[in-house]
Order: sequence, then structure tokens, then C-alpha cells
Amino acid sequence: MATAREVSDRAARRDVRDRWLLSAPALIVIFFAAIGPLFVMLAYSFMAKGDYGDVKFGQFSLDGWFSVFLQRDIFDDTITLADAHLSIFWRSVRLSVITTVLTIALGFPTAYFIATRPRHTREIWVFLVTIPFWTNLLIRTFAMQEVIRNEGILNTLLIRLGIIAQPLQIMYTDAAILFGMVYVYLPLMVLPLYASMEKLDFRLVEAGYDLYAGRLQVLRRVIFPLVKPGVIAGSILVFIPSLGAYVIPRVLGGGKNMMLGNLIEMQFGAGRNWPLGAAISITLMAIVMVALLFYVRNTARSGAGHG
Amino acid sequence: MPKPEGVQEKRIAVEARGITKIFGAGENALRALDNVSVSIRQNEFFTLLGPSGCGKTTLLRLIAGFEYPSEGAILLDGTDIATLPPFKRPVNTVFQSYALFPHLTVAQNIAFGLEMLGKPRAEINARVAQMLKLVQMEELGQRRTDQISGGQAQRVALARALAPSPKVLLLDEPLSALDYKLRKEMQIELKRMQHETGITFIFVTHDQEEALTMSDRIAVMSKGKILQIGGPRDIYERPSDRFVANFIGETNFIDAEIDGATGGAAAVIARLPGGAQIAAGVPDGMVPRGRVAIVVRPEHAVLARPDEGGQLRGTVENVVYSGTDTHFHVRLDGGNPFVVRSQNRRGTEAAFAAGDPVAVRIQDGAAQVLRD
Ligand SMILES: Nc1ncnc2c1ncn2[C@@H]1O[C@H](COP(=O)(O)OP(=O)(O)OP(=O)(O)O)[C@@H](O)[C@H]1O
Ligand SMILES: [Mg+2]
Repeated sequence: MATAREVSDRAARRDVRDRWLLSAPALIVIFFAAIGPLFVMLAYSFMAKGDYGDVKFGQFSLDGWFSVFLQRDIFDDTITLADAHLSIFWRSVRLSVITTVLTIALGFPTAYFIATRPRHTREIWVFLVTIPFWTNLLIRTFAMQEVIRNEGILNTLLIRLGIIAQPLQIMYTDAAILFGMVYVYLPLMVLPLYASMEKLDFRLVEAGYDLYAGRLQVLRRVIFPLVKPGVIAGSILVFIPSLGAYVIPRVLGGGKNMMLGNLIEMQFGAGRNWPLGAAISITLMAIVMVALLFYVRNTARSGAGHG
Repeated sequence: MPKPEGVQEKRIAVEARGITKIFGAGENALRALDNVSVSIRQNEFFTLLGPSGCGKTTLLRLIAGFEYPSEGAILLDGTDIATLPPFKRPVNTVFQSYALFPHLTVAQNIAFGLEMLGKPRAEINARVAQMLKLVQMEELGQRRTDQISGGQAQRVALARALAPSPKVLLLDEPLSALDYKLRKEMQIELKRMQHETGITFIFVTHDQEEALTMSDRIAVMSKGKILQIGGPRDIYERPSDRFVANFIGETNFIDAEIDGATGGAAAVIARLPGGAQIAAGVPDGMVPRGRVAIVVRPEHAVLARPDEGGQLRGTVENVVYSGTDTHFHVRLDGGNPFVVRSQNRRGTEAAFAAGDPVAVRIQDGAAQVLRD
């Protein structure tokens, strides 16, 4: 005789199996399209590099991983830190963090503005925010170059206004990369921020004012904690592509100011060091994972109470 | 130094002077409040009573500072606060939706106002504990606001608004979401808290019974105007306006005629249909003459046999027993309806049945002339 518990357990097991079966096609696609290539990368990073690119199949080697952060002197075999790589890692992380912070600073008021418009005009504003997505990233990056180059719009304007005498050298600096990344990734911050601000109950804002909180305190103590999920989602959406940015540093940063994306590209191209390229790619992924874990832990903690 | 005029009269906590509030512009303009003037005394339980959409919430929001008047002034303790932002007004609100902060615990919600005022931590903690005790929620301080019941949320909203000891507490239909029994309990508790704290309460409701049982004074509103202000007994027994009479309790309207005009008198002699005369109260400042409407509450009249005499005559159409009372629906000789309510006593049967001819005797002082 089956007890009620056994029956319900069996039903639950059948339920789980059905779900797996139904999801199987999607899971197979995901495995081959998304996770499969990662295993290829992982395998390549542990192989010896081929003479003209590619790898030597079956030849195990740690050279690729060794070269991510270290280098061996050609003459006396001493091992030192690979300064060139480290500075690129550092620049990537630094510029991505700054980009994230700047997009929050610009995106927050923008999203707040949109969320406080009358309902029927909000869609128009959201639509306007998404317009940059219509054009290709490369074209947008070249457009930004037009703005910030020495004879560009920004410098011409500042000189005409008499604010500066000599054009500012923005192109081929980290600042140029920042200009580009903030411009390109700002919509990715505004949209999730807007999504969570639209859900914000403005009666809570009134309650804050009623309880003697000034405008800044309402922002800090009521609005910000309530839209934090949007801030976090936006930060993830901006930080991750920033870290792997390739086109923007290539066009605006020039050859000298490389970021991780450029370094990886170089290994697979001119550098002809696929194992190193693969190892750096996986390192980049690891950085992203650590950053995500950090975010998730942070949200879990702030969700339970109030900081 | 006390002002000379403050000595004799009770101090005014909040005064609205000729407040008009218009939402929108042009064709869509909506007059939510129309030249509203009211003075609310200190430590008074003052109720705004009126049907949905009459402007009760709007008046509260103007006092709290969430809206600014199109015309008129709002005075708090004698000073104009019409342009002061809400966070600078010593006024707190219990919102209709409670508006508890979902990211804070119950205790943190109550502490919010005190923290914003920059009170020291020890004082805040003591005050929060005191407030939790006042609303009988000592155990639930660490709960999240989505882990408490509706009635508890309502108490937290109350505690949060009371914690900073405001001069005036605004309550926007705080009891409307509660079930009957809890509502009765909270009504008593609210009165107790108002008594204990000495704070002026401005209470919004569209429940006339709630207004009558809780208030020191009531303002009855309709369509953006205040129609009558007075104590519960005034409002109920001496309504000055057809809307007020109708909105609060059951009423009989009788057409009457007034011959002599006696300016300034508190009562006049009115001639009823059928010729009988009756003394009727007159609203302040009104000089009634000619055809008027007078009101009589159903429990302020009794039925008698026709030969025993009464001011009105008619026939009983319907007898409705309702537990404590019996309602006699009478058709007057002129054709108008009239309801008489009599309290049921043990052992006595209803003395009249449908079809009986009767006389209606209106008690002394029960008739009231309407303003319209
Ligand atoms: N922000 C606003 N914009 C336009 N019209 C408004 C606004 N706020 C209120 N009104 C209108 O003003 C009138 C009065 O509204 P109010 O909220 O004061 O009514 P109320 O007496 O509180 O009603 P209820 O008992 O339903 O809460 C209503 O007709 C309402 O539609
Ligand atoms: Mg309302």
C-alpha cells in the first residue's frame, strides 16, 4: 500500500524528469554553443603553442598559463612578473570600475527623470535611450572619436568659447577609452535602473519626506535601497562588457592603451600564442566570476537588513 | 508672553484659511477644494467626513505639505506654513496605504523619523521601545514589514508617525482596511493614544459611525466644500444641510412653511402640512422664511393613535423588526413617507401594524430647519 507521502514523492520525481526532458533540446544547444567552446579554450590553454599560431594537439604545456602573469628572461632564465600584462589587467579593471561608477552617476538621475514622467511619455524617453543601439558599435566609436579628437567637436567648442587655448589631448589616453565606454554602455545602466525605479512606490518617498528626511536623505535612505537591485543589474551589465572591451580601446586608446580584449586578440593574431590567449581569456572570466560573487554576496547581505 | 486673545479661547493648532486647490488646468481643471476654511483646536480629535472624492485626502496632503494650495493659507500654531516643505513641518501622517519602508524592519521604520531629526542613538532606542509598547508589538520589532499582518502594519504606521512627537497627526482612513472587530479595537486604541499623547489628531473617514463615535468635532465635506462643522451631537441632531442630514444616519424630510421672519432667533415656528405647528431649530445666521425643509430623526418621533393627537397624520405601510429597534414606515396624508424608530423593550409587542391609521408625535426640539 502506498502512503500519501510515497505517492506525492513519486509525482514529484516524475515532475522533475518531465522537466528535464522538456528542457533537453535547449540544454543541448546551450552545451554545444556556449559551454562547449569554453572547454575547447580550457584545453587549448594547456597545450604547446604551434609555430604559426594554433596549438600542437596532444602536447601538454603550462607555458600559456605561465605567461599570463610571469615572464622568463631570454638570457639568464630568471622569472619576473610580466609588467606589460599586469598593467593591462590593471587598466582593464580600473577603467571598468570607473565606467561603472560614471554610468551610475549619469544613469541614476536619467532613470529617475524618466520614471517620474507621466506614464504615456515614459515610453518615448525609454525609446530615445535605446536609439544608440540602432547603429553599429564601431560606427558609434568612430563618432566618439569625432567628438574628442584634437580638431573634434569638443576641442573646437572649448577653444571657441575661450576656455582653453590649446586642444586637449584626449585621443589615445585612458580618458578617451572612458569617454567611449561610458557613452556606449550608459543605456545598459539606464534601462535596468529605470525598470526598478518604475516599480518604486512614490508614496514611500512621501513617507520619507513626512518623517523629516530632506531630499538627499530620501535619496540615500529610501530611494537608493529600494532601487538597489536595478543598480546591481546595471553594474553587472556595464562592468562585464567593459572588462572585455575590444573595439573601444582599439579605436580610441590607440596601440599603447590596450585592454584585455586587445591583449587576447593579439595573442590569437600577431602574437601567434593561442595557449596564452586562451589562458588570459579564462583569467578574464575568472575575474568576472569573482566580481559577480562579490555583488551577489553584497545583495544577499543588504537584502536581509539595512546597511 | 501669551497673546491676549489666546487667553480665553482654546488654542488653535491648525487653521486653513480660504483654501482652494485646483488640479490640472484649462478644460481639465478640477476644483478639489473650494474655499475651505477650518480651525482645528489643540489636542482635538477632528474628523473629516465625506463621500469618496470629496477632497478629504487633498486637504490632509495640503496640511502635510505634499501639495501646495492654489489659494489660501495654512497656519500651524498661528504661523503660515503654506510654502514649507513636508520635512520641515512638525506634522506626521498615517498613510491610507501605510507606506511602511519594505527595506527596514518594524523597529527601523519607527526609528526613521527620529534618526532624520538627528536624535542620539540611546534616545531613539528608548523611544522605539516605548512606541512598540504603546502599540503592543514589543515582540515584533525585528520583523520585516512583509512578515506582519494588516492590523499590525497599521499599528506600525501609527507608531512610526507618533514616534517623533508631532504637533499634529494626520490619519487618512487608517482603519478602512481592517475587519470589523479589529477596527472597533483600533478605534478605542486610537482614542486612548490621542488621550495619552495629547497630540492633535486629524482623522479622515467616510464611515459616519466611526466619525460619530470617535470625534470631538466633525467637518462634513462634499464636492470640495465643508458643509458643516460641529460636535457629533450637533452634526447628528442639528444638521444644517440636506446633504449632511442624508449622509449621516436616517432622516425624515418634511416640507414646511414659515410665516413670520424672526431674524437671529435660534428657533422658529413652522407650519407643517396638515396645519399643525412646531418649533424648529435654525442653523446659525439663517433667517428662514416661506417654504423650507425640516428634518426629524426617526427616533425623535413616536406613533400614537389618531385620537390621541400628533403633528402629522398617516397610515402605517410597513413594520420592520431589526433586533434592538422596530422601524415603522408611515405614509403621511400628503403622500410623503416618514419613518419612526422605536426601541424594543422586553415583553411588549409592536403597538401598530401595517394599515393602521396613526398620528406622528415629534418630540420637542427634534425638528431642524435646513439651510437650502
Ligand atoms: N494629483 C491629482 N491630480 C488630479 N486630480 C486629483 C489629484 N488628487 C486628487 N484629485 C482629485 O481631487 C478630488 C478629491 O480627491 P481626494 O483624494 O481628496 O478625495 P477623498 O475625499 O480623499 O476620496 P476617498 O474617500 O476616495 O479617498 C478627486 O476628484 C480626485 O480625482
Ligand atoms: Mg482619500
